Amino acid sequence: MWDYTDKVMDHFLNPRNVGSVENPDGVGEVGSLACGDALTLSFKLGPDGRIADAKFKTFGCASAVASSSVLTELIKGKTLDEAMQVTNQDIASYLGGLPEQKMHCSVMGQEALEAAIANYRGKHDGAAAVKKGNIVCTCFGVTDEEIRKVVRENGLSTVEQVTNYCKAGGGCGGCHGRIAELIVEVQGEAVKTQIASPPKKPAKLTNIQKIQLVQQTINEQIRPALRADGGDIELIDIDGNKVIVAFRGMCAQCKVSGFTMKDVVQARLREYVSDDLTVEAEKNPESSEHKS
Amino acid sequence: MSSPKTTRSGSVSGSCGPDCTCRGPIPALDDLRSAMPKQDPKSVIYMDNNATTRVDEQVVAEMLPYLTEQYGNPSSMHTFGGQVAHKIAEARQRVADLLGCLPEEILFTSCGTESDNTAIKGTLAVLPNKRKIVTTRVEHPAVLTTCRDLERHGYSISEIGVDRQGNLNLDELGFRIDDNTAIVSVMYANNETGVIFPIDEIASIVHSRGVVFHTDAVQAAGKIPLNLRNSAIDMLSLSGHKLHAPKGIGVLYVRKGTRIAPFLHGGHQESGRRGGTENVPGIIALGKACELALKYRVEENTRVKSLRDRLEAKLLASCPDCMINGNPEHRLPNTLNISFEYIEGEAILLLLNQFGICASSGSACTSGALEPSHVLRAMGVPFTAAHGSIRFSLSRFNTEAEVDFVAEVMPKIVNRLRELSPFVKR
Ligand SMILES: Cc1ncc(COP(=O)(O)O)c(C=O)c1O
Repeated sequence: MWDYTDKVMDHFLNPRNVGSVENPDGVGEVGSLACGDALTLSFKLGPDGRIADAKFKTFGCASAVASSSVLTELIKGKTLDEAMQVTNQDIASYLGGLPEQKMHCSVMGQEALEAAIANYRGKHDGAAAVKKGNIVCTCFGVTDEEIRKVVRENGLSTVEQVTNYCKAGGGCGGCHGRIAELIVEVQGEAVKTQIASPPKKPAKLTNIQKIQLVQQTINEQIRPALRADGGDIELIDIDGNKVIVAFRGMCAQCKVSGFTMKDVVQARLREYVSDDLTVEAEKNPESSEHKS
Repeated sequence: MSSPKTTRSGSVSGSCGPDCTCRGPIPALDDLRSAMPKQDPKSVIYMDNNATTRVDEQVVAEMLPYLTEQYGNPSSMHTFGGQVAHKIAEARQRVADLLGCLPEEILFTSCGTESDNTAIKGTLAVLPNKRKIVTTRVEHPAVLTTCRDLERHGYSISEIGVDRQGNLNLDELGFRIDDNTAIVSVMYANNETGVIFPIDEIASIVHSRGVVFHTDAVQAAGKIPLNLRNSAIDMLSLSGHKLHAPKGIGVLYVRKGTRIAPFLHGGHQESGRRGGTENVPGIIALGKACELALKYRVEENTRVKSLRDRLEAKLLASCPDCMINGNPEHRLPNTLNISFEYIEGEAILLLLNQFGICASSGSACTSGALEPSHVLRAMGVPFTAAHGSIRFSLSRFNTEAEVDFVAEVMPKIVNRLRELSPFVKR
């Protein structure tokens, strides 16, 4: 049972500003059903250029609902530039704090706000509202820009904290090395000892070494994460630099943020074994029965 | 599976009709509650019996003297301790009666988890040349985590999959057993969905291949009839706190002639198979609980089952977009796992809690790994439903009035959360 503050429970039980604003000036959508939480924020500007109305719809746990509710309260009456200053910390402190593992709910609020404002500005300034930066966490579609931002604004120093705050690294775990690098980049060398150093790749591999390393990487780094999601992976063959695998269970069709499981496995194997590996998925007869 | 986002587009256009409720204020929960039948604020409606159960008063009465006056050690040479040994023998017989086995086949442990660990690791220890374990993807962590840890120590693990209804693929099971296999461990009934596996059939398949078979019957014991005399099961785990005995007492049944290494080395207790002075009150309580389980077994499969069926029928009728998880034909009589689409489990539980209703959810919304239950994922339950699954598990202490109260509250909770959900078209 979570230890929620009275404020969180109040905003969960009596959420403010539920719904969607009519003829909104900006709409921001973040999250997805697969991730377990999602938020749609819409707002309308008044004649004075301040946010006159803001409403939300949220799928998620109590802290996701409470964070969204507080967000709408916080931004009403603000200009867009003022609203841009609202951080996830503001949302969390307004609620009297959130459990560490639920901090991502406050980050989701802030991201929805950014997305909604970008949507408005995109419409008005002609600039497309695209995700900035490069995808680091393929499982949850989190970019390096987003990770730098939560690390900076919340003073984070471990990969686990980053996962708690923005989910990055909470899926297959393939990006832990890259997240660690980003933490060091933002926080400087001081935090380096706190985080596990990214894996070192061997310089030159014999064929047998390569096969062993691929098998080991699949066993230790990839399979546990897939199993956590009810799936599994089997190494079928290695042909030169081509690694052929078969997915079983849920992973076979799972597609998140436009990346397939194949891409995730490939990224993992390149990280741990060798940069020139490519991965191919074998046709899987078993997977069809899940489609319904 | 299509990308989850597609479900969503269009649902948030803000172009609701005039009758749309989404723009109106959400009724405060107090309003929601005042519309409900009055209920004693202190009383809880406990429908989480697969997590743990209430200790039966008769069980408490039976164990109490062994916490107070009768505190002797059963291993002592004096009569004061010796009396306790007799009482333990009686408890062992009562457990054996419930399982349909011999008393000397009952090994007392500290919990279901210890029983599972002992069965698996104790078997591997006496079969050093066999390095493989066959199990399923839907086991309780007591088995799954144990196996995955063994995997890190060089064992290979085969996890058998299940279909959309949670049924085990028996062909795959037969196919996975090989000469290197030391043990097959398959649960009797699933704790989340209540799905019952055809364990006697599985035990025969495994036996015909000359491999040891263990089953985690923690959820089955006391709820459905078990008769080990007529089955090929070698080892079976049960746990006291799931059948109205206290926490901290478990059993591993070990068929006569099955070799296992002791898990706890120490004194000669439990015929040298588990050292440590016995949990005397716990053992006596479990004995009584097993006697009662035998007595109430018919009720469990008639009255409790009809309460569960009543709840299920009412919820299916009153809540749109919900579905039962797990094969309804082969299910524990007390368990109902139901998914409410487009809403999230923790939020449902917290609202149920506002009404004093205790249930549980497969989804654990923690940190980045917002993964729904491994059981539902293994079954291929879509994300839309997996995050919003709720398990109601009943017992002989539940009443029809309680079921009706839950059935009245639930649609209001579902509607309320759907009003909040961006995935619901209004
Ligand atoms: C199927 C199953 N196995 C094992 C256990 C663990 O039992 P214990 O809590 O006694 O360790 C449980 C309890 O949740 C269970 O449901």
